[in-house]
Amino acid sequence: MKDPIIQLTGLTKNYGKITAVDKLDLHIYPGEIFGLLGPNGAGKTTSILMMLGLTEPTAGTAYVCGYDATRNPIAVKRKVGYLPDNVGFYPDMTALENLCFVAELNGLTKSYAQASAKDMLHVVGLEREMHKKTGAFSRGMKQRLGLAEVLIKAPEVAILDEPTLGIDPKGVDEFLELIKQLSREHSLTVLLSSHHLHQVQRVCDRVGIFVGGKLLIEGSIESLAHNLQQQQGVSTVITLEQPSIDRAAIEQALNVLPGIRKLVIAGQSIELITDSNTTAAAVRILVNIGADIVSVSRNDYQLDDIYNTFFENSITTNSVYEKSNGLFKRYQ
Amino acid sequence: MKNLTVYSKDINKQPSIPMQVLVRKEIAAHIRSWRFIILILLIVLTFGASLYVSSIGLKDAVSNMRDPDQSFLYLKLLTTTDNSIPPFHIFLNFLAPLLGIALGFDAVNAEYNNGTLTRLLAQPIYRDNLLFAKFLAPLVVVGTLFIALVLLMIGGGLLGTGVRIEPQELLRILGFTLITVLYVAFWLSLSILLSIRFRQPATSALTAIGIWLFFTVFFPILVNLAIRPFLPNPNYISEQEYIGYNELILNLLRISPSQLYTDATTTLLMPSVRSLGPIAMEQMVGAIPSPLSFRESFLMVWPQISGLTAAMMICFAWSYYIFMRREIRS
Repeated sequence: MKDPIIQLTGLTKNYGKITAVDKLDLHIYPGEIFGLLGPNGAGKTTSILMMLGLTEPTAGTAYVCGYDATRNPIAVKRKVGYLPDNVGFYPDMTALENLCFVAELNGLTKSYAQASAKDMLHVVGLEREMHKKTGAFSRGMKQRLGLAEVLIKAPEVAILDEPTLGIDPKGVDEFLELIKQLSREHSLTVLLSSHHLHQVQRVCDRVGIFVGGKLLIEGSIESLAHNLQQQQGVSTVITLEQPSIDRAAIEQALNVLPGIRKLVIAGQSIELITDSNTTAAAVRILVNIGADIVSVSRNDYQLDDIYNTFFENSITTNSVYEKSNGLFKRYQ
Repeated sequence: MKNLTVYSKDINKQPSIPMQVLVRKEIAAHIRSWRFIILILLIVLTFGASLYVSSIGLKDAVSNMRDPDQSFLYLKLLTTTDNSIPPFHIFLNFLAPLLGIALGFDAVNAEYNNGTLTRLLAQPIYRDNLLFAKFLAPLVVVGTLFIALVLLMIGGGLLGTGVRIEPQELLRILGFTLITVLYVAFWLSLSILLSIRFRQPATSALTAIGIWLFFTVFFPILVNLAIRPFLPNPNYISEQEYIGYNELILNLLRISPSQLYTDATTTLLMPSVRSLGPIAMEQMVGAIPSPLSFRESFLMVWPQISGLTAAMMICFAWSYYIFMRREIRS
């Protein structure tokens, strides 16, 4: 396996008594798109700022592109493009001027900066707004310009903090598609932070769920869903036309299914929770004993459920957070 | 997109220096801003008005044989007035702080509020580069403005009167410009400090204006009030003590940067000023009422120049200290 391009070890940040980031260990490998997911105030931005050397960690180290971000932030910032969550531009300068300014700060000569800025504006689809002042830009346009600015320094790693915030759904789709495409074309490593799991679901290779300063779980979305399934079981709800057959007979017939956890028969509906996917088998059994099935629904664990399980209940109070933390330990 | 790598290779060829880029951008932003245009207009107008008044009274001033400075035409041009409006250097005493404050009060907090600060600091530049650029760029602009103004004045004077300028006069006028820029620099660094300290530009602007008003209006009154209860009746004290008290009041007044500026510019622009405090009769005996040389005038105001520089340095060092440790997010 390749060496990680971002390597965080025991990264901790305290603001007074409050711990914003608590012993974060994270490895991100070259070329992957990693989604850092968590509710607001989970410490995502703080972690990102520490990776860029913009905030000093209380403890732990952050190595990015082989450099210690705390000791050698300039070297890191040369290789990393960063799109902050509330990105802003100088309102009196045009998009092109703003972009050229950043390009020159990164060491490009004036003429190259111009040419490359124009290219980038084409890439992000702002070529028609090139000479417009950024004061008149909409949120989505600013995000696009921010992405152009990240790309203009030809980074190895792009860190995007809440890139989809405040963009309309269509814009989000386009934006994420653009990020994905750029990452694939230039083998760019992307670290994406967001609290919108549905949006980043499509583009991320791996996600980490970050709550209360701790990384609770990381892995691909499939494996997270699989884990959750292991934990919660697969639930199948079958509705019959009428209670034509004896309850006991159904119960007896279905009990042969492997790994059955729970079986509830209430009127016409049968709810079944099993370790693995047995929906088809259950339907076959029921048909064989002569039941008339009207509908079958299987609960697949999607990101929605991951979202609900992992952090919707952990943002309210500390005690709730402690509890859920115990729950998550079992996953890992 | 396909030539991303081409551009990155160019980085090593002929790199732009981040500091230069920052200063250039700051200068451009200042020159284009309405705020600066209005200030320039204000300064050019006062300059023009005081020059107009002095050029009317110039003939009298130059032919006044009892004035030891009468041969310095160009210095007269800057200082003569018929008392309808103050001369230019007195005007600057309260315009220069305004200039410094206007150019610096939102230096850092505007970047912060616009969301440009994080973006800027995520570029490969050092944090202090930004602060230096914020400080240097306005000074370059202000310096250019004042040098242009005095050179225009000298040129106009040459054309109008045909009198050649003494090297000493040129040095004194350039010294005056330098001290003015230094004075602006002090107020600039103070307002940059406030712009780091306060998140709202309005707060930092008001605080800076408050400090300015305090020093120009209330400080002399305050010194007077503070000293008067301790001051014995002048009729019952010796001359020595009287002079001592006078010195004390003057020294207290010199805590105010505007007093330092007035002292320094008056001495430089009026070569016959030989003391900034009271002089005893014994000291005056035998003194020929003649102008001092540039070097002597300069030595006399050296403490004032050092004082202004020190005040500026303290403000800048303080802002440096708090800016370097500041968390860049809310």
